[in-house]
Amino acid sequence: MTDFKKKPLRLSGLEPLVIDEQTNFVNIGERTNVTGSRKFLRLIENQQYDEAIEIAREQVLGGAQIIDVNMDEGMIDGAVAMTTFLNLIAAEPDIARVPVMIDSSKWEIIEAGLKVVQGKCVVNSISLKEGEANFLAHAATIKKFGAAVIVMAFDEEGQADNLDRRIAICKRSYNLLINQIDFAPEDIIFDPNIFPVATGMEEHRKNALDFFNATKWIRANLPHARVSGGVSNVSFSFRGNNTVREAMHASFLYHAIKNGMNMGIVNPTLLEVYDEVPKELMEYVEDVLLDRKEDATERLLEYAEQLASTSKTRKKQDDSWRKESLESRISHALIKGIDSYIEADTEEARLKANEPIEVIEGPLMDGMNIVGDLFGEGKMFLPQVVKSARVMKKAVAYLQPFIEAQKSGDKQHAGKVLMATVKGDVHDIGKNIVSVVLACNNYEIIDLGVMVPPEVIIQRAVEEQVDVIGLSGLITPSLDEMVYVTKELNRLNIDIPVLIGGATTSKAHTAVKIAPVSKSAVIHVNDASRAVGVVSNLLQKDKKEAYTLKIREDYEAFKAKFMSRGSEKEYLSYSQAQQNPFPIDWDEFNPQRPKTLGTQTIKSLDLELLLPFFDWTPFFRSWDLHGKYPDLLEDEVVGEQAKVLYQDAQTMLHQMIEEQWVTAKARFGLFPVNAVGDDIEIYSDENRSKTLGQWITLRQQLKKTKAQPNIALADFIAPKASGKIDYMGAFCVTTGFGTEEKAKAFEEANDDYSSIMVKALSDRFAEAFAEYLHHQIRTEHWAYVSEEGLSNEELIQEKYQGIRPAPGYPACPDHLEKKTLWKLLEVKETIGVSLTESLAMWPASSVSGYYFAHPQSRYFGLGKIKEDQLVDYSKRRGIALEEARKWLNPNLAE
Amino acid sequence: MPKLEIHSALEKRILVLDGAMGTMIQQHPLEEADFRSTRFKDHPCPLKGNNDLLSLTQPEIIKSIHRAYFDSGADIVETNTFSSTSIGMADYQMESLAYELNFESAKIAKEVAEEYRDKTPDQPRYVAGSIGPTNRTASMSPDVNDPGFRAVTFDELVTAYKEQVEGLIDGGADLLLVETIFDTLNAKAALFAIEEIRAKKSASTPIMISGTITDASGRTLSGQTVDAFRISLSHIPVLSIGFNCALGADQLLPYVKRLSKQSDHFISAHPNAGLPNAFGEYDQTPEQMRDLIEDYLKQDVVNIIGGCCGTTPEHIRLIAELAKKYSPRNPKALLND
Repeated sequence: MTDFKKKPLRLSGLEPLVIDEQTNFVNIGERTNVTGSRKFLRLIENQQYDEAIEIAREQVLGGAQIIDVNMDEGMIDGAVAMTTFLNLIAAEPDIARVPVMIDSSKWEIIEAGLKVVQGKCVVNSISLKEGEANFLAHAATIKKFGAAVIVMAFDEEGQADNLDRRIAICKRSYNLLINQIDFAPEDIIFDPNIFPVATGMEEHRKNALDFFNATKWIRANLPHARVSGGVSNVSFSFRGNNTVREAMHASFLYHAIKNGMNMGIVNPTLLEVYDEVPKELMEYVEDVLLDRKEDATERLLEYAEQLASTSKTRKKQDDSWRKESLESRISHALIKGIDSYIEADTEEARLKANEPIEVIEGPLMDGMNIVGDLFGEGKMFLPQVVKSARVMKKAVAYLQPFIEAQKSGDKQHAGKVLMATVKGDVHDIGKNIVSVVLACNNYEIIDLGVMVPPEVIIQRAVEEQVDVIGLSGLITPSLDEMVYVTKELNRLNIDIPVLIGGATTSKAHTAVKIAPVSKSAVIHVNDASRAVGVVSNLLQKDKKEAYTLKIREDYEAFKAKFMSRGSEKEYLSYSQAQQNPFPIDWDEFNPQRPKTLGTQTIKSLDLELLLPFFDWTPFFRSWDLHGKYPDLLEDEVVGEQAKVLYQDAQTMLHQMIEEQWVTAKARFGLFPVNAVGDDIEIYSDENRSKTLGQWITLRQQLKKTKAQPNIALADFIAPKASGKIDYMGAFCVTTGFGTEEKAKAFEEANDDYSSIMVKALSDRFAEAFAEYLHHQIRTEHWAYVSEEGLSNEELIQEKYQGIRPAPGYPACPDHLEKKTLWKLLEVKETIGVSLTESLAMWPASSVSGYYFAHPQSRYFGLGKIKEDQLVDYSKRRGIALEEARKWLNPNLAE
Repeated sequence: MPKLEIHSALEKRILVLDGAMGTMIQQHPLEEADFRSTRFKDHPCPLKGNNDLLSLTQPEIIKSIHRAYFDSGADIVETNTFSSTSIGMADYQMESLAYELNFESAKIAKEVAEEYRDKTPDQPRYVAGSIGPTNRTASMSPDVNDPGFRAVTFDELVTAYKEQVEGLIDGGADLLLVETIFDTLNAKAALFAIEEIRAKKSASTPIMISGTITDASGRTLSGQTVDAFRISLSHIPVLSIGFNCALGADQLLPYVKRLSKQSDHFISAHPNAGLPNAFGEYDQTPEQMRDLIEDYLKQDVVNIIGGCCGTTPEHIRLIAELAKKYSPRNPKALLND
């Protein structure tokens, strides 16, 4: 095409991205754009930057090589949002490794972005719209910041809408940049405008063709410059008909890339593989794109309508894969998670093979390797992988008797991993998911289950000669357990790497508290998708040492930073904090007397009543699908998978209700109370004739700004000195009886997917039950509000009056409160829920907590407390200081 | 860029940069009163440890150190201005002295260089204005609980660096050395400032840039790989690019090699005298360091070589003797690939 040697475009995040003539099409992530994603806009508007960062992370994990960030929205301060977001992603190495595209039509937002990015980024975009002087001034500044630039085909007259104008504007822009300000030509990227086709307007007929030809001209005539564009625009007139859109994008990209387009913004879920588009459809689509027939648009529209009407029957025709070769049928079944034919196919493979083991080592492992790769590339999601594992297990189970009959030995594993939920903890959904994902990647898993004592973990690790130990836990006392297990391993000179995971674990805790007690590698693994990479690095002899060293250095640096930061926080003394409570004017407030005082039991509640109270967002999170329900179902990246998971969940949910898999039980009570200092005394009656016990609450000690109070839960209860009697409640609900049996049955049937599903759904039932019961308390039993008329969404957002904090959670991290609760309500005796030695509830799908009704009562995080409060607490609790320290350890300031 | 005298020198031979300033200052038993001299005797805060201030209060000591390095064969000495920005001087309540510190430091270094230009006319000597990273990072938060926070902004850095660069150029610096770059965004601000000042003064003072690889991860403190670092600073023509500090010569070599393979600029390296011992002291001997540096020369990866923390005139003397025996790396060789 040209005889000059094209200079590569070099960009960088933490790592380089070099785009030369050998580079395939570069995919730009487009979800971190407030104009293109309503979800991202909402997160930015609500300052939910944590979740916004996750969107960026998903993009990079999903394969985006550059991420486009756009904050152009009237309701937000774009420059501030751009600065904040870019600063935050700079702290996330797995996001910051790729270059950023600063996308805005406002110069001040672009400049704000340029000032916070250390790598070589791309500015999107500048143009001649406001004249040459402006254009050159902006380009010169971009050059001084060391960024590449996208130049739109736009001038004083408007957007270029035909081939001649595209060429003329790009040429003029290029010459100005090169001749006037010596801009590096390889840092120029043109966007020659992708406009919709098939709009019915005569002047739009050549929109795609003009883009292709402009691209070709630019690449041949403007040395070193490149071409980019936003692809989904082209199919704008077919919104709602994804089959046509997917085909159109596939064809557009095919032709654009052939003509020299280097990069672009493409929604990967709206893209079909070029060769997979049915020939007939492609013919119609290309007639339009390439303007090949006079009536191309009419013909495509007609065909699209037909497609839409037949698309409902499309699913049934999907059995065509059954006609393919045995090997591809097996990989198809594994990738798609279809288990209906797997035994028949496995049998066929067994008959063809010399040894049954060859079926596992051959076609089955080949299929699973594809699954592992796709998952690694972000092209498959966790629920799909778990389904694939189910198919694999079925196939292996089918082969097992034949293998044993032949005694042909064990299959070769990549390594052995021991998994355990530590002593005193019963939560295992996350651990099971990690186990499944590792098993999919050919690791042998020794799963010791829940509540595993340290000596058992150590003994089995040695006996089984495992390569890695995975420790999991959800409640805070488990953190100390993990420290203990790791310390013991080190003391016994057992050099096995330890992985740390579970909801309360963190890189900070691992780096500061666990890693330093051991000479071996200790690594925090926050999600299932990371586990495979970590384990594989640990098991490769040539990599292990360097990797372990790198992690250790990383953790030590992290720890050093963390420790130096800790000293900067300022705390009040406990007595100063007590002088600054949450202010409630008790003279003005008269507590409402509950309709019914005392305790009550619900032996079995109709599960169906709980459905309206379901909060689905955490359910998806437990499957590593992040985002808010129901928007998540429409999410462009995970939406499709989320829908499938949701369908499966609904099916099981109704089965759970109809066949009564689990029993919903509750115990609760409402009592007269008064605050005395930071304790809350619980009385037998309103004359305070007998004290049944006391809640011991903890008070925030971090020094606050601007007259913010240092809150303790006791602040929401009328003090005894006020002379007024107040009320509060306590509860425990469970939907966990029956769960374990079902989960086991599924595991025995090699169906981990359903096993994890039933546990996840039981957890949701328990949370819904807690929500349901709280509603009943507010409107019936205590009746401090009449009908609320709140929607489920408003319930989830906690828009009601009063709170139900739970021991072990941020407002009252003290698990020992559960002992008081169990005694007061006789929980074990009445509904059978018990407490483990770490004070986790068993069965796991249970929720317990208190009820506070004061209209100003609210949730808060205790944060860290100081030694003086700990000493006072241990006296109030009547336990030794060291025991108090053990229980409150995660909340003690250094 | 017009071809300057230093270009021709670099094409002919390997140039030698000086060694540590701090290590040499420590050999003089200086007390608080020496740092203050008469001019700052009433300054409101302690000044001991403000080494850059010595250019104003003990200029003879600084000159003697420059002379010691020229005597041991260095071609380039660095001005005593590593921390001479308003940001760095804030610790000593001396923000307003930033321009003067740079101007005076460049001036005294230049005076010494002129002496040697007269003494050894066949070995022209140069003054590189030392531009440190400041003590704040523009792309990292000092608070792990608030990763979006920044202790310094790009604009604040540009303002501070402009003042420093102006002082260095006015004082007579032949080169500007942006060194010990642990956060590339800080360096981008320095380059931004240099561009503005050079444009304002119609100056063409060449730029040397030198990053710091913090540890065996092979990355800068701000997380960039060698290639990402190089690309991020590729927008302004520079004389040389290289690495210094944090590591000893042997640990640094792989990263200098990587740079050398990828860049068509002159390559510089000024490593530490090994890694610090438990007391924070450097105990690599001149002979040990020379032997390690010989690998750089044998493998043909540098054009400018010198020393950072812990190196002394004796280290530089042995390195300079060694450098004479080798021919310089040809940066254009890369383009012929």
